[in-house]
Amino acid sequence: MRTRYQFHGGIHPPGNKTQSTQCSIARVPLPSRLVIPFRQHAGESAKPLVRVGDQVLKGQLIGMPDGFVSSAVHASTSGTIAAIDMQPIAHPSGMPDLCATLIPDGKEEWFPHAAVDYLNSDPAELRRYLRMSGVVGLGGAVFPCDLKLRPLRNHPNRNICTLILNGAECEPYITCDDMLMRERAAEIVQGAEMLRFMLEAREVLIGIEDNKPEAIAALQQAVTDSGLPFEVVVVPTIYPSGSAKQLIRILTGLEVPSGKLPTDIGVQCFNVATTYSVYRALAHGEPLLSRIVTVTGNVRHAQNFEVLLGTPVQELIALGEALPDTNRYIMGGPMMGMELASTDVPLVKGGNCIIAASDKLFPPAPPALPCIRCTRCAQACPADLQPMDLYWFAQSREFGKAQTFSLFDCIECGTCSYVCPSHIPLVQYFQFAKSEIRAREQDNLAAEHARERHEFREYRFEREKQEKAEKLAAKEQAVRQAQAAANPGVAAVQPEIQAAIDRAREQAAGVEPKNTGNPTPQQQAEIAEIEAQREHIRDLAKSAVEHTNGHDKN
Amino acid sequence: MLSALLVMAVIAIVLGAVLGYSAIKFRVEGNPLVDKIDAILPQTQCGQCGYPGCRPYAEAIASGEADINLCPPGGEEGIHKLADLLGMEFKPFGGNTVIKPKAVAFIDENICIGCTLCFQACPVDAIAGAAKQMHTIIASECTGCELCVAPCPVDCISMVPIREKITAWKRKYPEQTLVPAQ
Repeated sequence: MRTRYQFHGGIHPPGNKTQSTQCSIARVPLPSRLVIPFRQHAGESAKPLVRVGDQVLKGQLIGMPDGFVSSAVHASTSGTIAAIDMQPIAHPSGMPDLCATLIPDGKEEWFPHAAVDYLNSDPAELRRYLRMSGVVGLGGAVFPCDLKLRPLRNHPNRNICTLILNGAECEPYITCDDMLMRERAAEIVQGAEMLRFMLEAREVLIGIEDNKPEAIAALQQAVTDSGLPFEVVVVPTIYPSGSAKQLIRILTGLEVPSGKLPTDIGVQCFNVATTYSVYRALAHGEPLLSRIVTVTGNVRHAQNFEVLLGTPVQELIALGEALPDTNRYIMGGPMMGMELASTDVPLVKGGNCIIAASDKLFPPAPPALPCIRCTRCAQACPADLQPMDLYWFAQSREFGKAQTFSLFDCIECGTCSYVCPSHIPLVQYFQFAKSEIRAREQDNLAAEHARERHEFREYRFEREKQEKAEKLAAKEQAVRQAQAAANPGVAAVQPEIQAAIDRAREQAAGVEPKNTGNPTPQQQAEIAEIEAQREHIRDLAKSAVEHTNGHDKN
Repeated sequence: MLSALLVMAVIAIVLGAVLGYSAIKFRVEGNPLVDKIDAILPQTQCGQCGYPGCRPYAEAIASGEADINLCPPGGEEGIHKLADLLGMEFKPFGGNTVIKPKAVAFIDENICIGCTLCFQACPVDAIAGAAKQMHTIIASECTGCELCVAPCPVDCISMVPIREKITAWKRKYPEQTLVPAQ
C-alpha cells in the first residue's frame, strides 16, 4: 500500500454527486447552431482560417494556433460558417469574444483523419500534432497540453519522473470525470501510456478520491487488462485534492515550491479527461470536438452529456429541465465556478459543469461582517497561506505586500471564503488583487518598451547629426582636393615653400640677439652717453636744415 | 605616545588609499536616483510636465527643481510612488490638471496629406509613413502622448480611447458593505 500524504487544510463540503451519476453519459442531439469561440484555451486566441459562407467538415481546422501558448480550434460538426464575429461567451467580464457561428448540415461528415503511430514518431512531432488537435487541459485551466509534454529526461532529479493522472474531481456536484472513468477506463489507460511515452516518465499514478468506488474499480480493471505497470491510488475525499499541487502532495509527498511548476520537481499532472482526448487524438486522429459536461443542481434530470464544443448552454439546460424556481446558472462547480450572465453562451473546452441554482439550493451569502482575524481561513488554506493578511492587503490595495505574502500561490479554490464566519468574499479580493498586479506588470512592460523606443530615437538623432557632420567634412575635403588638382604647379611647390618658411622661422628662433642681457652699469652709462650724443647730433642736423632753409628764403 | 600617533596615521593613510581607490574603481555613472524616478514615470514622453520627456523630468525632480505632481499620465498612484521614493508628502495634482483615459492616436487616412510633421513629433517612432505618402499609427507602440495632434496641418489625427478588451480586462474591487454586528 502506497503511503499517502496530507496537504495543509482542506474542507469537506457536501458532495452532491449522486444526483448526476444515476444515468450513463448521454449524447446531445445536434443543436441548430454552434458558436465556436477562437479562444477556448489559456494563451493567445487562435487565428481564424475560414470565411463566412465556407463549408466545413467535422474536425476541420478553423482556428490556427497563434503564439507560443495557444491551441487549435476545429469545426465540431460539418456545416456552413454563418458568421465570424463577436459573440457573448462565458467569461467573468461578460464581454464578447471572437467566435465562428456554424450552422450544422446534419450529415456529421468527417474531415479525413487517421491514427498516429506514436511509438515510431518523433516526440516533438507528436507535441505539434496535439497542438494542432486542440488538446488542452480539461480540468478547468485549459492550458495547452503539448506545452506540458516536453520530456522530463533532462531533469536533474530523474528518478522521480512521475506522471500523475488527476481523477480526484473534488469539487461538489461535478461528476464528468467520474462518469468518464467508469465508462471509458480502457481508453484513459491507453492515453496514459501515450503520455508516459512522450514524457518518458518512470511511474504512472492515477489518483481518485474514495467517493468514486465505481470509477476506481473500472480503472483498476482497465490497468490489469492492459498489463501496464500503472497504479490506481485511492485518495481520501477532501476539497481541494483535485488541484494539481495538492494531488502531487498527496501522492508523492513532494511540495511544488512557490513560483515553480510541477515539472521543476520531476512530476507532471494531467486530468483524466485530457488523457482521454490525447487518446482520441493519437489513436483515432480526432481533434478535440466534444467534452463530457455535468448538468445538475436544481434540475429534474441531472445527468452527464457528451457535448459538442460550441453548443449553446441553454440547450443543455433544456435537456436537464431546470425547475421553475431556478434563478441563475453557474458554469463550473459551486466553489470555483462563475455565474453566467446569460445562458446564450457556448459551451467551451473548459466548461465541465452547468449548475442550475436557486436560492433554496444555494442561499445567498449574508452580508459580510468585519474580519475578526479568527484565522480559520489560514487553518483551511490548502496552499498554506494567510488569507486574512492577504485580504487586508488586497482591500487596502497594498499589492506589493500581498505579493510578498505569496498571493500568487493562491489557487482560488474558495476554501477560505467557505469557512469564513464573517462571510467575506475573500477569493474575490484575491482575484481583484491578482488582476491589478498583472495589469501593472503589463503597464510596466509597456513603459519599458516606450523608454527603449524613445532612447533609440534620441540615439538615432545623435547618429544622424554626426553622420551629417562627417559628410560635410568629407565634402570640404573633396573640394580642397579638387582645387589642388586644378592648380598642380602651386600645389607641387607648396610643400617646399612651406618648408622654407619653417626653416626661416626655426633659424630666427635659434639666433640669440647679442647685448640684450643685463648690461653692466658701465655699459649702461656708455649707452646713455651714445644716446645723448646721437640726440645732440640730431638737434644739430635739425638746426642746420632750418638754417639753410631760412638762408634759401632770404 | 609617538608610536600611537604613527599607528593612527598609517591606518588613516591606508584607509584613505582604499577609499580613494574604490571611489575610482566603483564609480557610479550618472545619478542612480534619476534612474529610479525614471522607472516610476509612465514613459509616455508627452511633455505635459513641462520637460521634454520623462527622463528630463526625472532629472529635474532629482535635482529638486520640479514638483512630483506634474505627471498626469502617471496618475495619483505615480505621485504616491514618487513621494514614497523621495520621502516626501503626497501632493495632489494642481487644479487644472485633467487625467484622461488611456488613448491611442488615430490618423484619418482620407485626410492625411503626407507632410511628415506628425512623425517628426512622435517621441517613440510610432508613426509609419514617408513624405507625400499616407501616414499611419502603429497602435501597439503609441503611448497616447498627443504630441502628434498639434503639428498636423489638416487636423486628421484624433485620440481614440482604448476600449477594455477581454484580454486586458481587470476585475473590479469586490463591492460589499460592511455592516456592524447586531
